[in-house]
Amino acid sequence: MDTVSRIERDNRRFKEIARGHIKKHLRHYISRGELIGRRGRHLVSIPIPQIDIPQFRFGRQRRGGVGQGEGEPGTPIGVGEPQPGQGQAGDQPGEHILEVELTFEELAQIMAEELELPRIQPKGKKNIVSEKDRYSGIRRVGPESLRHFKRTYREALKREIMSGTYNPANPVVIPIREDKRYRSWKEVRKPESNAVIIYMMDVSGSMGDEQKEIVRIEAFWIDTWLRSQYENIETRYIIHDAVAREVDRHTFFHTRESGGTMISSAYELCLKIIQEHYPPDEWNIYPFHFSDGDNWGGGDTQKCIALLEEELLPVVNLFCYGQVESYYGSGEFIRDLRDHFGSDHEVLVLSEIEGRDGIYDSIKTFLGKGR
Amino acid sequence: MLGSTTLPPELEAARDEIRQRALDLGLDFFEVIFEMVDFKQMNELAAYMGFPRRYPHWRWGMEYERLKRSYEYGLHKIYEMVINNDPCYAYLLANNELVDQKIVMAHVYAHSDFFKNNLWFAHTNRRMLDEMANHATRISRYIDRYGLEEVEDFLDICLSLENLIDRHSVAIRRHPQPSPKPADEDEDEEDLAVRRPEVPRLHVPGAYMDRYVNPPELLRAEAERRRQEARRRSERFPPEPERDVLLFLLEHAPLKSWQHDVLSIVREEAYYFAPQGMTKIMNEGWASYWHSTIMTQTGVMSDAEVVDYADHHAGTVAMSLYRINPYKIGLELFRDIEERWNKGQFGKAWEECDDMQARREWDLGLGLGRQKIFEVRRIYNDVGFIDTFFTEEFCNRHKLFTYKYNERTNQYEIDSRDFQAIKQKLLFSLTNFGYPIIYVADANYRNRGELYLVHQHEGVDLDLDYARPTLVNLYRIWKRPVHVETVVGDVPRLLSFDGKEHSFRKLERRRTV
Repeated sequence: MDTVSRIERDNRRFKEIARGHIKKHLRHYISRGELIGRRGRHLVSIPIPQIDIPQFRFGRQRRGGVGQGEGEPGTPIGVGEPQPGQGQAGDQPGEHILEVELTFEELAQIMAEELELPRIQPKGKKNIVSEKDRYSGIRRVGPESLRHFKRTYREALKREIMSGTYNPANPVVIPIREDKRYRSWKEVRKPESNAVIIYMMDVSGSMGDEQKEIVRIEAFWIDTWLRSQYENIETRYIIHDAVAREVDRHTFFHTRESGGTMISSAYELCLKIIQEHYPPDEWNIYPFHFSDGDNWGGGDTQKCIALLEEELLPVVNLFCYGQVESYYGSGEFIRDLRDHFGSDHEVLVLSEIEGRDGIYDSIKTFLGKGR
Repeated sequence: MLGSTTLPPELEAARDEIRQRALDLGLDFFEVIFEMVDFKQMNELAAYMGFPRRYPHWRWGMEYERLKRSYEYGLHKIYEMVINNDPCYAYLLANNELVDQKIVMAHVYAHSDFFKNNLWFAHTNRRMLDEMANHATRISRYIDRYGLEEVEDFLDICLSLENLIDRHSVAIRRHPQPSPKPADEDEDEEDLAVRRPEVPRLHVPGAYMDRYVNPPELLRAEAERRRQEARRRSERFPPEPERDVLLFLLEHAPLKSWQHDVLSIVREEAYYFAPQGMTKIMNEGWASYWHSTIMTQTGVMSDAEVVDYADHHAGTVAMSLYRINPYKIGLELFRDIEERWNKGQFGKAWEECDDMQARREWDLGLGLGRQKIFEVRRIYNDVGFIDTFFTEEFCNRHKLFTYKYNERTNQYEIDSRDFQAIKQKLLFSLTNFGYPIIYVADANYRNRGELYLVHQHEGVDLDLDYARPTLVNLYRIWKRPVHVETVVGDVPRLLSFDGKEHSFRKLERRRTV
């Protein structure tokens, strides 16, 4: 049916245009974080308002109209401007917001094109080779649990018809051994690259909700990108104030402590996790650390620098430190790191994130290295 | 075509019966060809506005995406679709209940009758199915020759201006008779006055009275006035304001030949669809009136189907707080008209009677109802329909109200139940199909060939976020600076685009045409 292909062609073209729209407005999408709530396992649905064709028309909002029903003048009949994203269909006098679904690969590709991200060269010579069984064929022998019922039946029917034993009035078909067909599999060997992302975040009193939201958004995009680059990704989460501990994802984004800050505690824990679980010759390791730049006075910053220089930097692909601007933080830490390592270090990437609009550039800084 | 035109026997029987009932009741329709389609095909067809072949364009794909999503979420189900063509094509959703299909069939025969008989449809092409396919072929050919991006880009521009047509042009002569040539030098003024028939003279039986009844000075003065008017007009371009902006662009914009063709295709399709927008309430009301009449009064429905019918019908005519349901209002208006003309509730005596008791019991037993509604479906569009038949009694009975936006509470709330206010708002929303009225006032603005449009402001401002990119598109066709005069927040403004930037100038006064 050629109409099917016609609508598919137009639909594809629309999706291309929608992708272009997303690309053009990637900065907007990256800084808003509204996509995070919209992801499923494989897809993320992206709301795109107003891809429509402009025309001379009346101002939509607040125009009012004629309705039908009970009520006195003054009776409220509905909320005004629907919040973007709450795609209410039908009754609201608002606008339709269309959602386009993209796979994470597509989204990562758009990121790559727009942020000009280089593909990552996985390090390490021996990438793990995984074996997968794929059921792709049929054979005559096999275990009964893999018997292909339809094929077996068909073979039996063919045989009975050919041999004249098939009786349409009493269509009973009994397969014999020669009729039986079984599914068979092939082993597929695939090189597989592994990566681990270790997120660390300062949860001391000076990190407010806005700062955490920024980290959350940034983590979403880092995940999206790294997932597109590696077959197998693990993520670990560490929070710290004066002491560090490993937590799950939810706790990571929702914990608030009031203590002081000792960054070295997190780096020590990070190192411990790497040493125990992720041998650097098999794993690509990406620690990301976010804080507002406040650190305990005295020798802790020196301790951090020593840890980085001697233990962490030699084993990781990239160590990213993102400093989120906050009212309380002194912002010292990034300066200390920069003074020591210089701003053009091979493995250590530093980025200052000034509010949500800074996320875009920060991601570009972090992932632009191609490591 | 997409689906199958051979219906299963029970549907075939239902169709034959309903068709015969419709004929018996006086409906006069184009023959209807029903096709069975599944929901996917239905969504496709709906995205293409009912036509199996349209030119390639992404916005059909977008509409399809929306329909598909909405169908998957269970937000809508398209029961019927019908296209104005001879024969009419209508689509039935496979797997619907038999009673649903019967309703749709009855509904569709009435639509077909409306297409055939309503005056506002008289100009439409009844071979539009072929014509649309023809358009698709032409545009596909341009895409092959000039590239998808180029053609699509131009189509986007055309579609951006597609609503700038003159919806009433099919019924109105906007341009006056061509003005006569000015007088020759040696011609006597009096001869002139006599020769010029366009200066109206009063008819006098005897010639001797003529100089008194039609004094030559007066005729001369009138002729002079007309001459000046003509001169003024000839200096203007276009001489008369042009409501059909697309036509004006076709005739005067610097277009390549393929672009000219694409624009004319867009314009033709816009005119084809215009009457459907202009008669939405009537058309749906008419179809609902007949499906309910045929279903409940002619015995095409079995007893077992009554509950399902009632459920379906109730869904169709459900009321909404936010907007009027054209099916409901149209249906009720037709029933109201039928009842009033049956009882003789019209004319001078009725209008002047303000005794509520007498009005309630008013029944002259005229029985003119059916005849009247057939007449109404023939000559009205929605504006006239509402203006003429939307009465205060009707308005109160159906609990209509106007609503407005309350900034303080961020809510829409009921504004008024005043009949005049409601009627005015309804009529406004229907005027010019709900689009702003915009015309070409001057195509040689500032003597520099710039295009000057005027938005005839009637209380509601343009959406500037849309107006600006639209102006850019207009510039890309006209290729000289473009302006649109409008009013924003009670201040006359001139919105301009000169190819590089927008300006938004305050005007001293509005141009009157």
